[in-house]
Amino acid sequence: MSQMNLLQAINSALDTAMKQDERVLCFGEDVGAFGGVFRATSHLQEKYGKHRCFNTPLTEQGIIGFANGLATQGQVPVAEIQFADYIFPAFDQIVNETAKYRYRSGNEFNVGSLTIRTPYGGGIHGGLYHSQSPEAYFTHTPGLKVVVPRNPEQAKGLLLASIRDDNPVLFFEPKKLYRAAVGEVPDEDYTLPLGQAEVLREGTDVTLVAWGAQVQAIEKAAELAAEAGISCEVIDLRTLLPWDHDTLATSLKKTGRLIINHEAPRTSGFGAELAASLQESCFLYLESPILRVTGWDTPFPLALEKEYFPNELRTLDAIKASVGY
Amino acid sequence: MSDLRNLDVELVHQPAFLDPVTSVIPTFRLLQQDGTLYPGAQAPDMSQELALKIHDTFLFIRALDERMLASQRQGRISFYMTQTGEEASDTCSAAALDAGDVIFAQYREQGALAFRGFSVDQFMNQIFSNHKDLGKGRQMPIHYGSRELNYVTISSPLGTQIPQATGYAFGFRQSQQKQCVICYFGEGAASEGDFHAGLNMAGVLKVPVIFFCRNNGYAISTPVHEQLAGDGVAGRGPGYGLKTLRVDGNDALAVYEATRLARQMAVEEHQPVLIESMTYRLGAHSSSDDPSGYRSRKEEDQWRDKDPVARFRNWLIKQGWWTDAQDQARQAEHRKAVADAMKRAEKLDSPPLEDLFSDVYDLLPWHLQQQQQQAREHILRHPQAYPATAPRLKAAGEGKA
Repeated sequence: MSQMNLLQAINSALDTAMKQDERVLCFGEDVGAFGGVFRATSHLQEKYGKHRCFNTPLTEQGIIGFANGLATQGQVPVAEIQFADYIFPAFDQIVNETAKYRYRSGNEFNVGSLTIRTPYGGGIHGGLYHSQSPEAYFTHTPGLKVVVPRNPEQAKGLLLASIRDDNPVLFFEPKKLYRAAVGEVPDEDYTLPLGQAEVLREGTDVTLVAWGAQVQAIEKAAELAAEAGISCEVIDLRTLLPWDHDTLATSLKKTGRLIINHEAPRTSGFGAELAASLQESCFLYLESPILRVTGWDTPFPLALEKEYFPNELRTLDAIKASVGY
Repeated sequence: MSDLRNLDVELVHQPAFLDPVTSVIPTFRLLQQDGTLYPGAQAPDMSQELALKIHDTFLFIRALDERMLASQRQGRISFYMTQTGEEASDTCSAAALDAGDVIFAQYREQGALAFRGFSVDQFMNQIFSNHKDLGKGRQMPIHYGSRELNYVTISSPLGTQIPQATGYAFGFRQSQQKQCVICYFGEGAASEGDFHAGLNMAGVLKVPVIFFCRNNGYAISTPVHEQLAGDGVAGRGPGYGLKTLRVDGNDALAVYEATRLARQMAVEEHQPVLIESMTYRLGAHSSSDDPSGYRSRKEEDQWRDKDPVARFRNWLIKQGWWTDAQDQARQAEHRKAVADAMKRAEKLDSPPLEDLFSDVYDLLPWHLQQQQQQAREHILRHPQAYPATAPRLKAAGEGKA
């Protein structure tokens, strides 16, 4: 075990994967000698050479197109998109190519070895274009897996699992936590399961679910609620596609109340999918409407970032509304 | 020092803007239409066996395209794309490669695929979307692919294969395989961002890839002069650090020789190459298109006189390797083979319901298992509405019972 922040955990996962399998290649803008703008790929070029960790030209569609080809050839590409806000030039390659490679060829070809890493989310005073949470665009695309870790230990295990999973994975890293989240991380090689949510705190009155950096918000809200005598069950969804219906449904059937928290805007956010699916399977168990605590339906702000965030206080308000319904 | 720009090669003291460049790059051509070589031109080292295989591929593709277009007109298939007039570009470039080299095609390169050995039944099974289609009936006709033949399955979005070819070629270099990738696309697709991304990355990363542009005059209805400025697609190559050649795409020998040399540079030196093959789409863009709305019969006739298949046949006959009588007989054989294969493919079942859900992921996740079960139950409740799948679902259910 070592104390690591989330960036160091990511770096440790990449190092572990590259050491274990020489087909693992890390590339993207500034990823090479510089180690990435956040330093997630620090020292990997020194260790494994320029042919395994390298800079690409500044072209997101090129990076992902290149990665698709590499994966088809049998390498294990881990492509970095410097900010999730800049993933959209690669949208066509991800949605029409990555996601459909296996299906459209009858599995003659696939890009299952591909992992796309990208920092997402607000909290670093990044304004419109260094703060977005675009996960829902991708959860709407069959063929992709979408994974979001909440802390360093989770980040290493989930990233290693994503790299080794035989499906293309979009791995969204909460950049607000890159240096802010520090914890014990195993030094050895380990994976955590994709497609499985984790219950972080058991409770009886309300179920709270979030992913990535927002897990901290619902954990804090659960503390505040406990002071008010409300018992919350806290769940980290971890994988958004395919998501863990059973863990959420089991919890919701127990508590009868659900609050979904995500940083992305509300309309057509992934919370809508969770709410729609769970009301279908748990309708008779519901004590109150499923609520969403989310970013507002605006572009991501700068000066008013605090007012935008679906923080623990807004979550607490929702908890009270749900219990008092 | 990391700034390797050389700013002092030549200093000038007047602002000398460069003029845009047009029609500067010459066109490489060996063969005249009557089948004789140009004076001073040297035929590539091509065996009789290879030459006849190329020609046989031409005849097969002509038979296939003719019959499939007719079938589309008869309503037997929904869609088709011929490559009439362009056969030499893809077939002869593929003929200059090793079978282990990988092909990323656009959609009008059935010649390259046939040359690799895709059988007439494999063509038909894909076109008719039956359960024997390697692609499991998921894509529109002509979206072929075969792992065995190193022909990556075609996708409809234009240009997406270009940066993928760069990536695949990087993989070859990485695993130290002496192979290259060839990537086909049209001059229209060369306007997509992926073209520029893919060529730039190939030039920077030095990978064994040949970008092969079929400049056939039109992107559906849009003529080249409304598609790009400058010296065609080839004009882009040097700017991206690529070896570049423009070739007469209707000259089988020139295309073969150009690609053979390109392959050497790609494989031996990891030098990416761009070839612009000047040709003409004699047919419509697709079965949904009517070229009379955007070009003249006279223009088409001028290009019909430059037919690449006739030119190559003239050369073969002059070599003493082929006769008109053999040609007629072989054409008839191909027509019959295509017609017979079509009858076989038409009779085969569509893919089973499971193939609607499989291959989205390596395994069926819970939500797809659930949706497959819902689909099955729904179809069994309304069997008349689903004649392709309901009888088989019923039979399978009774079999289990």
